[in-house]
Amino acid sequence: MNISVAIDSVPQEVLPSASEAGPAPKRIVVAYGFWIFLLSDIVMFSALFASYAVLGHSTAGGPTGAQLFNQVTVAIETACLLVSSYTCGLMSLAINSRRYLRTYLAALITFALGAAFLTLEIREFASMIAIGATPERSAFLSAFFTLVGCHGLHVTLGLIWLVVMMVQVAVMGFDATAQRRLLCFSLFWHALDIVWVGLFTVVYLMGVSP
Amino acid sequence: MTEARYDRAPGDRPSREMQASAPSPLFVYTTGLFLALLLTATSFWAANTSLLWPGGVALGLAVLAIAQMGVHLVFFLHITTGPESTNNVLALAFGVLIVFVVVAGSMWIMADMNQNMMMPSGEPMNLHMQH
Repeated sequence: MNISVAIDSVPQEVLPSASEAGPAPKRIVVAYGFWIFLLSDIVMFSALFASYAVLGHSTAGGPTGAQLFNQVTVAIETACLLVSSYTCGLMSLAINSRRYLRTYLAALITFALGAAFLTLEIREFASMIAIGATPERSAFLSAFFTLVGCHGLHVTLGLIWLVVMMVQVAVMGFDATAQRRLLCFSLFWHALDIVWVGLFTVVYLMGVSP
Repeated sequence: MTEARYDRAPGDRPSREMQASAPSPLFVYTTGLFLALLLTATSFWAANTSLLWPGGVALGLAVLAIAQMGVHLVFFLHITTGPESTNNVLALAFGVLIVFVVVAGSMWIMADMNQNMMMPSGEPMNLHMQH
């Protein structure tokens, strides 16, 4: 018998298509739904970006971005958020291999860097308000505080979420529910870093360059 | 039954069959971190240097930011062009379309209104920019 005929006669294992295989596992459905939420969150940020882009030069005689922003602070903030995104990725690796110590360590570093970012941002806001650059001073400052403040609020929520998740891991262990929630958390944290990339470019770098 | 027929959850790494040839996940994350750091450093350098033509800096910064967002999507969120990632990519493409329409549309309309609101003296009235 010809070898190719022999191969043809062996029934190949046919994978069932998605419609025949039934509904997808819950992990995929939940993560996809959360992905769509994140995209709608980014669409909301795009509206704030658009208002900042339109109002960025209407300082009404008040301080401009070049006078207010400190690039060193922004660079440190950016580095904090980027490295915390990286350690968040390391945390999801530790979760997949179910190692408690590495998960807690990566979560601790992620939390510390996120908290450092938030502290720097709050200090920046406080120093701006102290010299009279409040949100009601000009349209530029209203748009600035709305956009950057909204991102800071997201980071705050992410930090609270991370603490809650670590308590859940300590209590429940790495069961399927905790793993799904941790997957959603890491998506959220990476998406916040993507928003920050647009933010430091549009607000801090384009606003300061001549 | 295999998982290959299902879509992949966003943020999950490629399925087992593909992982055999793929680099280790730690290497993927570390590569992403270094690429992102490189692009960020270039952005900060470009915004502060006097070597570049000032008119082109804003465009260059926009390109660097979009490149860095791409790095984050590929290396941190593991978005790929594979068939199991199609739904994630389609949702992302729709989101990008809406973001583009909102941002570019707002800027275009407001710039147009500024032009049309010229005072007889030639001074732009800038009604919406007063406050």
